[in-house]
Order: sequence, then C-alpha cells, then structure tokens
Amino acid sequence: MSQRPLLQETVASQIRRQVDEIYRSESRRVFATLIRLLGDFERAEEAMHDAFAVALEQWSRDGIPASPRAWLVSVGRFRAIDSIRRLTRFDASLSELAQLGETSMQDEEELEDDRLRLIFTCCHPALSPEAQVALTLREVCGLTTEEIANAFLIAPSTLAQRIVRAKAKIRDARIPYQVPSLADLPERLESVLQVIYLVFNEGYAASSGGTLTRAALSAEAIRLGRLVMLLLPEPEVLGLLGLMLLQESRRTARTSSDGDLILLEDQDRSCWNQAQIAEGRVLVMRSLASR
Amino acid sequence: MQYMLLIYSDENTWTEREREQCYADSVQLTQQLKATGQYLAAAPLQSIVTATSIRVRDGKRLVTDGPFAETREQLGGYFLIDAPDLDEAMQIAERIPSARKGTVEIRPVVMLSGLPS
Repeated sequence: MSQRPLLQETVASQIRRQVDEIYRSESRRVFATLIRLLGDFERAEEAMHDAFAVALEQWSRDGIPASPRAWLVSVGRFRAIDSIRRLTRFDASLSELAQLGETSMQDEEELEDDRLRLIFTCCHPALSPEAQVALTLREVCGLTTEEIANAFLIAPSTLAQRIVRAKAKIRDARIPYQVPSLADLPERLESVLQVIYLVFNEGYAASSGGTLTRAALSAEAIRLGRLVMLLLPEPEVLGLLGLMLLQESRRTARTSSDGDLILLEDQDRSCWNQAQIAEGRVLVMRSLASR
Repeated sequence: MQYMLLIYSDENTWTEREREQCYADSVQLTQQLKATGQYLAAAPLQSIVTATSIRVRDGKRLVTDGPFAETREQLGGYFLIDAPDLDEAMQIAERIPSARKGTVEIRPVVMLSGLPS
C-alpha cells in the first residue's frame, strides 16, 4: 500500500530529470524553429517555455513521446496561436494566424536549418558587433543575461538593454530569418566566424570576468564552431575550429596554481590536451588542403 | 515593406562630370527597380546652399538659412523602395551609384494608415 505513492514519486522525478535533459539538448533547437513559425523572438521564447511546462505535466502522466522535439514545437506553436487569439479581438490578426497554421515544420532538414538561420540572424552585419556577440550567446547558446554580463564584466541591465535593442531592430527593420544567398554567404559567414572568435578570445585572453565563466565562454565558442561546421563545412570554419582547439588544448598548462601566466617553453606539456591537439591538427590540415 | 535609402556624401567633392554620370546611372537603376516592382520614388536634392530650415515655437515660425545640421557629409538624395526584408534593401542600396562615393543609410518606413494613396 505505502509503496505506490513512493513509486509514483520516483517516476515523476525520473520524468523531471529526463525533461531537464531534453531541455538542455533540445530547447535551443525548439526555439529556433518556433522563431521561424511564429516570426518573433519574444513570442517564440514564451511559446518554448510554455511547451516545456506542458511537457512536464503531460509526460509525467502519458510518458515521453517518440519525438520530443516535434512534440514541443507543435505544442509551443499551438499555445502561441492560442494566446494570439486571446490577445487580439476577432479578425484583427486572422490572416496572421492563417499564416502560422500553414507553415511547414516536420522536415528534419528544415529543422536543422533553423539553427543556422538563428545564427545568421544573430550575427547579421546590420547589428553592432557587441550586439551580435550578446545575442548569439543568449539566443543560440542559451546563456542567461547574467552569465553573459558576468563574463564581459558589464552590468546585466546594460547587456539586457543591448539585447532588447537588437531584437527590436531585427523586428522593425526586418532582418530576415534565413540562411543568406550564395552570393552573400562569404561576407555573412565571416561575420559569424568573427563573433565565434570574439567569444573564444574573451574566454581565452580574458580582459575581464572570473576564471570559471571565461573557460565556459571558450567552451561555448568551440561548441558554436562545431555546430556551424556540422551545418556548413567550409574551409574557413574548419580552420577556425582547428585554431580554437589547438589554443584550448593548452588551457590548463598556461597558468600556475596561483594564476600566473606560464610561457609556452616553460609549460608542462604533459598537461596539454592531446585529443584536442589531434582534432585541431586534422581540421587545420583539411582546411589548408581545401583552399 | 518600404525602406527609405538616404544618400549622404560631401557635396563639394563631386565634379560636374561625376554628378551627371551619377544622375544618368541612378535613372537607369530606377528603371531596373521599376521592372522588378521595387521602385517607389527617387530624387537627388539641390545643394545645401539652397536649404532653408523652419521651426515653429510657441506658435511662431522661425526661419533659418541652411540645413538642419552642418555636417561634413550632407543628405544629397534618396530612393524610396519596396523590399520584403533588410537583406534585399541592402542589396538595392549597394547598387546605388553614389554608394561608391558616399554612404547610403537604410531606414525602414513607418506605414501610417489614412495616408492618401
């Protein structure tokens, strides 16, 4: 008799853990797709959180669906449409609603493209470099405003404002949510790589911020580099990722226990990360070979 | 979506020949934009020595000779275009002949209801 509630409790906490995991791995993807479907950053963010809230409740009861991501996108979209209906009076935005209903969302390839769309939008050259960096860390990497502000040693309110302004420009000047045309790709990719390198460099050379957050920035930059390489394996992308891995491989050997800088020739080479060096070398070679 | 493309440059650096060439090339661009349904309006402006500025304060009209602000580069003309997004507006802006000499500022237009068509 007394075992039943206990068992339910375990199942519930298990589901919660799984939802947490899905949140970590899928929330940015879900968000990227919702921006395309809903056409608005704020609305997508809200819909994404709504979807996870519903998931937590419904999955505890019915179990986790076969494709959590598609489920979350679909629920997020319907919740957003619902709230638009509630907010607008009758026919005011019926055409807008009709559009939302028609957009496709199932194609796997298209879903992957959404992440690339998000990166290109956040790194659009019509936004200031500072705004590009902040927006990318916030929207693509999912870092909190406080985390980003901490890493760059600026007030969270300043950073929040930077992000709000950038989003307003995206909306009002209609910065498109799309992967640029082939003709524009080199220029636009350069802008993306510059943002990634700025993030990495901030984590590596560290003009500011605590040691921990800085290491996290470098890790985010490498993660972004990997993502862009996966979606767009251009030589320039391979080269940048290779360079970052080679630099990162010496992180632990670069500083003494009391935080002093150790020059290259004095570093304990057994501390170098061999896996990163090996991967970095392969990438640099591939990048050079394809030039 | 409508975008206003404002063209700024130092008007003293243009030779008469350059200006004429620019006008001719710009007219050609307006024809191309018209053909693709992107053209709404365009015109060069007379030199700032012809500018007059008006303010009304406390119901009284104040007239001054010259432009709103004395700047190194001046507003010298505009294109009003129709484009679906900023990327397309940017592509049109870079085709404006005077972009090679001056700067083109892209401003999305606020669409008011109730304007005469």
